[in-house]
Amino acid sequence: MRTAFVKALTEAASKDIRIMLLVGDLGFGVVTDFAKRFPKQFLNVGVAEQNMAGVAAGLALSGHVVFTYSIANFPIIRCLEQIRNDICYHEANVISVSVGSGFCYGALGMTHHGTEDIAMMRSLPGMNVVSPGDPVEAKAATEYLAQGIGPAFLRLGRAGEPVVHEQDINWQFGKAIKVRQGRDVAVIATGSMLKRAVDAAAILHQKGLETTVLSMHTIKPLDTEAVLEVIDTTPMVFTLEEHSIFGGLGGAVAEIVAEHGTGQSRFKRIGLPSVFTKHVGDQDYLLKQYRLTAETIAEDILCTYFNK
Amino acid sequence: MDRFEIQQLAQKIRIHATRMISAAKSSHLGSNFSMTEIIAVLYGAVMNVSPESVESPDRDRFVLSKGHAAAGYYAVLAECGFFPVEWLDSFYTDGAKLAGHATRGIPGIEVSSGALGHGLPIAAGMALAAKRDDKSYKIYALLSDGECDEGSTWEAVMFAAQHKLDNLIAVIDYNKIQALGYTDDIISLEPFAAKLKAFNWACCEADGHNINELLETFGRIPFEKDKPSCVIAHTVKGKGVSFMEDQLLWHYHSPQGDEFENAMKELRTPT
Repeated sequence: MRTAFVKALTEAASKDIRIMLLVGDLGFGVVTDFAKRFPKQFLNVGVAEQNMAGVAAGLALSGHVVFTYSIANFPIIRCLEQIRNDICYHEANVISVSVGSGFCYGALGMTHHGTEDIAMMRSLPGMNVVSPGDPVEAKAATEYLAQGIGPAFLRLGRAGEPVVHEQDINWQFGKAIKVRQGRDVAVIATGSMLKRAVDAAAILHQKGLETTVLSMHTIKPLDTEAVLEVIDTTPMVFTLEEHSIFGGLGGAVAEIVAEHGTGQSRFKRIGLPSVFTKHVGDQDYLLKQYRLTAETIAEDILCTYFNK
Repeated sequence: MDRFEIQQLAQKIRIHATRMISAAKSSHLGSNFSMTEIIAVLYGAVMNVSPESVESPDRDRFVLSKGHAAAGYYAVLAECGFFPVEWLDSFYTDGAKLAGHATRGIPGIEVSSGALGHGLPIAAGMALAAKRDDKSYKIYALLSDGECDEGSTWEAVMFAAQHKLDNLIAVIDYNKIQALGYTDDIISLEPFAAKLKAFNWACCEADGHNINELLETFGRIPFEKDKPSCVIAHTVKGKGVSFMEDQLLWHYHSPQGDEFENAMKELRTPT
């Protein structure tokens, strides 16, 4: 996703001189080409995320479209008040980009786990939250946000994730993408969990359950229509995210479901509990500890489905 | 404006601020009085911005980082014609246009503030934009001394020096009292000017209530090519009303009854 993002941003910056990329002294090897090609549109602000967010707001209020780039929590939580007051309140064209979301930097430990960021960003007035599910979505999202649509949080994974969308997609901001259609179960997935949702659906198919998979790449504004459609047409609906089940995609969908009523359907959030992990290990290892692999997700869905 | 007109503007700002804060039963009168001459000089003679040029891309920008001194800021904007003076009457009341902290959307206000340590980074971003876009406008940020406790202020100090933002002017209203006492007893900023110079800023100190001195100081901006300019304005909290001067109480207290009458009497007396 990281590579797709930088490629799309480079392309956009070559056509639009308003676009600027600020980095918080991170992005070794990732932003080098951009910096070389567009020296007037690039700046390493140093290890100072509050200043980076404030400077971005000042640039945006002067007519620029500014991407701020760092990893995990640093461009998001470290400067939360600057994002709220300086960027969101001023409706500034600043896109706060976080790479390495969730457990991407697993073994680096708790400080590098971005597992509450969606909840925080989603609560800010005026903030748009975009969490692509694969490199194809990351490219489309970057192209869209580079137009300057106001404050946004672009939550990216790492480099080298598998492509989920083998065919061309019609990526639309705020519109879920139906990746698979099935009558028994629906899984609404975001970010890195999209691939696991698709794989889990394939396993469930072998066990006799047909699954709808929605890629919810835009978490705010949420595609309420798509959520209600699966609630109204599927006996069991799950959300799936590499994020705390508090306040993220699961929380957002739960809010809609609670007000709408579930009818004949049942709803369950799958994600991370609200804990700091005690485990040490890489992304796959940590996801396994929280039963977020395709196999364990499929098992848990089956279990829930047949105990309904 | 000439020196005499600026003086009159300053007097009007103090009278408006006193009326507004008294009527609203709100705070920060002392913080408004310490910056009065600074904003009167900036709006009266220094900055290239007016109600006519408020949308112009080439206007000078002003960022009130010490957003709690909003009453005086609104007053100078109203007196300079950015919006009707009558708007000041309902300051801080239910349904009013003017909130207790400076708010973008009010004509002439570039940036909303109120949380400390936010103004200088934003102003630095604006200064960087001017450099990148080959524009010659300047950005003036007015800071309190208290908000120099904030790390984000110093992040921006280092950033502005690194990028040679000599179109950025930080004015520090150094009234030496912050929310719970004297700055020197809480987090001393001294040696203040030496610190800023060590951070590669060009720094001048001035009497923040002396209009001639302020005019002369701002007339020399940028103090050095390729360096951001800082004016450490030595001021007195509560300046202009004898019983409010250098008193922590007037960071909070709203003048009522005799206090209000006596304050207005002093402020109306020609100086």
